[in-house]
Formats: sequence, structure tokens, C-alpha cells
Amino acid sequence: MDVLAPASAAEAADLLAGGRTVRARGGGTKWAWGRFPDPEVVLSTERLDRLVEHNAGDLTAVVEGGARLADVQRAFAESGQMLALDPPCASATVGGIVAAADSGPLRHRYGAPRDLLLGVTVALSDGTVARAGGRVIKNVAGYDLAKLFAGSLGTLGTIVELVVRLHPRPPATATAVGETDDPAALARAALTLASAPLELEALDVRWSSGRGALLAQAGGVAARARAERAADLMALDGAVHEDDAGLWAAQRDAQRAEGGIVLRVAGVPSALEPVIAVAAHAGGSLVGRAGIGTSWLRLPSAAALELACRVLPPFPRTVVDGPVPSDLGQERDPSLARLEERVKARFDPAGALP
Amino acid sequence: MDVARLGDRLRAICGEEHVFADPDRLRTYESDALGHLRELPALVCLPGTADEVRRTVATLHEAEVPWVARGAGTGLSGGALPVADGVVIGLSRLRRILEVDLADGRVVAEPGVANLAVSAAVAPTHFFPPDPSSQVVCTVGGNVAENSGGAHCFKYGFTTNYVTGLEVVLPDGDVVTLGGPELDRPGLDLVGAFVGSEGTLGIATRITLRVVPVPETVRTLVAYFDTMEAAGRTVSDIVASGAVPGAIEIMDRLSLRAAEEATGAGNPLDVGAALIVELDGPELECEARLDAVVALLERNGASGSRVAADEAQRELIWRARKAAFAAMGRVAPSYYVQDSVIPRTRLAEVLGRIDELAAEYGFAVANVFHAGDGNLHPLVAYDATVPGEPERAEELAGAIVLACVEAGGSITGEHGVGVDKKRFMPAMFEDADLAAFQKLRCAFDPDQRANPGKVMPTPRLCGEVPGPYRRHPLEAAAVAERF
Repeated sequence: MDVLAPASAAEAADLLAGGRTVRARGGGTKWAWGRFPDPEVVLSTERLDRLVEHNAGDLTAVVEGGARLADVQRAFAESGQMLALDPPCASATVGGIVAAADSGPLRHRYGAPRDLLLGVTVALSDGTVARAGGRVIKNVAGYDLAKLFAGSLGTLGTIVELVVRLHPRPPATATAVGETDDPAALARAALTLASAPLELEALDVRWSSGRGALLAQAGGVAARARAERAADLMALDGAVHEDDAGLWAAQRDAQRAEGGIVLRVAGVPSALEPVIAVAAHAGGSLVGRAGIGTSWLRLPSAAALELACRVLPPFPRTVVDGPVPSDLGQERDPSLARLEERVKARFDPAGALP
Repeated sequence: MDVARLGDRLRAICGEEHVFADPDRLRTYESDALGHLRELPALVCLPGTADEVRRTVATLHEAEVPWVARGAGTGLSGGALPVADGVVIGLSRLRRILEVDLADGRVVAEPGVANLAVSAAVAPTHFFPPDPSSQVVCTVGGNVAENSGGAHCFKYGFTTNYVTGLEVVLPDGDVVTLGGPELDRPGLDLVGAFVGSEGTLGIATRITLRVVPVPETVRTLVAYFDTMEAAGRTVSDIVASGAVPGAIEIMDRLSLRAAEEATGAGNPLDVGAALIVELDGPELECEARLDAVVALLERNGASGSRVAADEAQRELIWRARKAAFAAMGRVAPSYYVQDSVIPRTRLAEVLGRIDELAAEYGFAVANVFHAGDGNLHPLVAYDATVPGEPERAEELAGAIVLACVEAGGSITGEHGVGVDKKRFMPAMFEDADLAAFQKLRCAFDPDQRANPGKVMPTPRLCGEVPGPYRRHPLEAAAVAERF
């Protein structure tokens, strides 16, 4: 595979239209996602890495796709702001995170990458550069191609620039952690907190070796008192931690396993207990977004993955790390498959992209 | 097209009384809330179930007849303007709430359900955040088409942030399920692509919405300033302090006076601007933030600020704001409302430009401003009975839109492009951008029979349907997964 690093959107578009199969790569942290065959050329976004604008007063920023999240986050923090994305992998780029629709615990309050995009510039395989959306918080002019490209894994084009919405960084945070060895009690507490008007920054669960915990992070000027309230509502054994960064890093990191197996399950909050049961039955562990319903099952072997896929409730699932099982246990709606193929055919008629 | 024969076929699907062609009854459907644009359709058809919608669309596909879907007709951009010789598919009879799941925060509704009925179905614990001014009657199907907003978008977002699943009848009559109750599903985000597509990609017949817990407390205050600039500066200070109010609204002198005459809500008439700030959320957080906001008001020279002590006082503060559009009738017989967005930090500069333009054209322009998200609603007041005034008012409104785009903004924040603003699309988008939009349109509707003539500034062909992309042999053999 040749690796080429265009320095502009136009160069990226030329590369995509060059007649060879191409796949874009940012930090390379999710290269295996999609299980695509290797392309002839890798389009590295490493030279498209600028923070183009930070409009602190408007809570917006323009970043190039290859900018590392950690780098732009440092710049935003200087104004007490953040791009509310906290997926795993320190070297991930903003464009890669958006293209893969990856997220972390902050997804509870602030949404997925799609929800933070105001506009996008994409290089297409017909050699053109197209822009959609705008540079302001509110805009409904034109089709929302930013959402179409978020999660498209680079199959429709390459995200070269993004306009994102920023949020104020909470002046303080505090996290209530409640522990239990009863999955039913954990699931009950999770649902109670998910439907309470607490405005939590994050609400996560974890389960491992017969014991689990619910983690609720409050952020703001009254963070400690609000976390204490969350702890009371949980009615589990627990405590409130003000120095909570490590707790959340552990949640985030458990979404990936280098050399291991992780299955992401897009469920609903009320199905937490059966999903924990599957993880336990397969000898694995789990982290999840309790108010969103998405869980990551870390499984000890390919056989455990096959087993989990067989017995899981019928929620959409993806192998994040590890081998794809012979039967993922989900069927695709043929009408939807046809429509997705039509979208793909319009954006990439020559099939230059994965 | 043989209208009589088509009418008979549609009557066989939707029932005798739900398909009509006589001009008197068609007249009800000739426009949406942008009343000066009118067109009589050939037929109006009111299906009563999702399956009737499917069969209606399939019939029109077969007959090669264009159609326009319509909810309550409250749109302000001509998005539901009929096509001459086409059919209007009214969805007002599909108004059942099909499922309420409070544990997961989901409501499944038919497209004709009113926006406010969703919140009513999950009250008192939950609510559906998008709150357009027309929320008593406007439908969730229309909200999906337009990606509707409202006064609370700065904190809560738009319709697109609350739609998780859609059952869609595609323009060829095929039915496809996009998304579902779950978030984070693998595959293309076609729900995200569909929301805000203004009825050009198909008809949503079953809509899964996310509802959220009602905030623990709401604190609403109003304050007055000598100038719009001072009010705008105060908003910037509030946002810079890290507060994210549920709503921040500014009314200028003219809109305030009109609203006061209409409502008698007790607002002073000798001020330059009124600022409404609503903080909602956990009580401990709101109380602490409220003190900080009040201090910022004082620092920026606010006068007469008051915090609503109860729900009745809160309602009084909002009454003037919500009456602002309708109240303009007291200032001028007709008005033309725009929906541009600006970066909030450019407010003073853009207002100065609007004043210059208003003076140049000789019209009064009132400004009502969703200040948190920069959505400006300039209202151009004119007299439709004076020859030439409607045209010149529209010209002025257009000049204001372009001034907003020049300041880095958008031609529309929540009303949609429809017919009204499609001429401004080239001010925001290059030809390559429009061509990319067209790729999406053509994937869903290669014959372009769904709401033709909307959104895009000029008609474009879809061209030949390209063949399917090259499937990798591994993928075809199902060894590799696409997503």
C-alpha cells in the first residue's frame, strides 16, 4: 500500500479520483473497523491537522480532519471550553472519530459526534470538494451531509474539515460510584438515574467477575452536592469522588482491547440486565452507557464471542476488536441494504473507496 | 395525466371521502403559512394508515405523478406548496401515538401527531424538547421534514437530536426502516440524512422520538436595556461565564412595543431591548447560576430586571415574546419574516447593517432574536395594499439575509429553504456543494417526484443510475462485513 498525505482538500480529492482504490487513515486507531480489504493507496490525513478557527465567543471551531482530538482539546481548554467527545485512544483524530462515530462517557450528556457537527467539508471520489452545513450553531439550509458522513467509515468520501460546536468545560466535577453484586439492583439503579432530572455529564455501568458499579458524574458549580444526590438515588454501596478522572479513563479504555475481543452492542437502557447476563455467561466483562443503552462486552475467546452473538437480545452489534464471528446474529433489512447501496453508488460510483 | 382515473385509483386506496379534486376543497391546501405563495394541486389525498400512504405513493410512482407531503401546513418557507398537476398527500389522519416507553425515553408516533401531544403523552416526568412556536398544531412529521427548532435549541438542540428511528415510504413505494429505538447503530446514519430533507426524500410514516426528563426547576427573568448592543453584550457575558440557559431571547423596541399593545404584559415602551433568560436544570445549579446572571445584568446596565416568582409570572414574561410575530399586525398591515442566523458575536455589526438597509428601503424592521444560537428573525413591516410594497419588502428581506450570510451566518435557522429561500442557496453553497446534495436526493428519489422544486436553487437531473459499487469478493461472500 502506498501512503500519500495530501496537504489540502483539493489534493485529497485528486487522490480519491486518481483511479486507484483508496482508504483514508487518521490516527489508525480504528483501521480494522469495517473489515475492509486493503486499498491500493492509503490517504493519510496527517498533513490536514490544523485548528483553523476557534471562535470562543460563539462556542464553535473549525478543525481539519487530521487534527488530533487531544491537541485541539488543549487549545479549547485555554478558554474553558471543550469539544464534548471523549472516546478511547489518545492518538485518534477528529475526522477519524467522526467517520467512525466513536464516543466515550460524555456521550450521555452531549450526544454522538453527529450531534456536535455544524458543518463538514468532504473530498469525494469524483475529484470534487463539497461543503455542507454551516458555521453557526443553528442552520437548516441544504441536506445534512455531515450526519451522513459521520459513521460512514470513509465509504462515501474523506472528511477534510469539520465545523464543530463546543461546550463550556464544567468548573468542577464529582462522581458518585455505587457498587453491587446483584445485576438486577444495578440495572434498577441505572434506570432510576437515567430518568431522573439530574443533568449528569455521564452515567456509566461496569460489570466484571460477579461485581458491578454505576458511575454518575455531575459537572457544574454545584457538582459535589449533585453527585451526593445521585449517590442517594442509587441506593447502592458507594461514595462520591471529586478526583474522578481515573474512574472515567478506565471506563473509556475498556471500550477497546488491543489483541483482545470487544463486541459493541447498541441496546436500550431497559435491557441492561440481559446484556450483563450474556457478558457474564460468556465469561466476559462489560462497560456501558446506562442512559444510552450502548455496551461494550470484553470477551475472553472467539468461542465466547460466538456464544455471546448467539444468545444476545436482537440488538445491532459490531465487533470493535477481534475476529468477526461466522454468524454475528443479525439480519439486514433488504430494503435498507438496497438504499445504502444506492447512496454508496451515487457518492462513489467507481468504487474507489471501501 | 388522467386526473379522474388517478382519483378513482386513490379513492380505492384511501376511501371515497378522503380524495378530492373540487377547487373549493383544494383551496385549503393551496399554500402553507407562507400565504403569498399559492398553487392549486390536481388532487388532495388523505390516507389514514401507513399502508395507505405506501399504496398511494406506489400508485403515484406508477402514474409518474409528482406529489407533496403535508402535515399541519404551518411551515414558513413554502415547503408544502403544492405542485401544479401534482397530488398533495395530507397526513393529518395519521395521528396516533403508537408506543410510549418511559423507561427508555422513547415515543413512537405517526407523522400527523401534534408536537405538543408528544410532550403531553409523557408528562409530567418527561418532555419532547423541540418547541416551535406553532407546537400546538404543527406535526412531528413536519418537524422531521424541517428539522424544527424553537426557543430552547441553544441548550436542547433540534428535532434531529431527538429522532432515533423512522419508517419511511420511499418515492418508489418501497418501505424502509431507518434507525430504531437504539442509538449508536452501525451503518450509514440515514436517519440523520432524512431529518431536515424537507419532504424530498420520502414520507416518514412511523417516527421514534427520544424524550427527556423534565428539568427539576426553571427560573425565568426579563431585563431591559437602552440598546440592542448592550443586551447582546450581556448574552455574550452570560455564555462566557459557562452558563447554558434553556432559552435566551432578545426583542427590540419595535417588536416589544407591538407585543405590549397586543398583550398588555407590562413591559416598558421606552427601552431599546428586552432580554429574556431562562435557566433550567437541577435546582442547586440553577440557583447558583441565577445569582451570577443577575450580577452580569447589573454590570451591563440593565434596568427593571425581574425574576418570575411563580408560573403565572413566567407565563407573563413569555407571553410578549410568543405574541411578537402576530402582534406586528398592529405596527403594519403585513409583514415578511426572515429566519437568518449570524454568529452571535457579530450581532452589533449586523444590526447596524439591517438599520442601514431599512432606512434605504424606507421600511420599519423589527428584530426578534434567539440570542443563544444567533437565530435572527427580522420582520419587515409593509402595506400590501400599496402597489410595489410587497416586492420591495421582499427585496429588503433578501438583502438582510445576504448581510447575515456575509457575516458568516446562514439563510435559515429553522424555517427551512422550501421555495422561499432557495434563491439564496448559491450565497451559501458552491456548485460542488449543491452537486453533493443532489447525490443524496437522487439515491432516494431518482425520478424527483417527492416535493419537486424545493430546496435546490435550480432543477438538476439525476442522470443515469450508476451501477452498484464494486463489491469486494470477501464482502460478497459475507466473510467481511461492511459495517
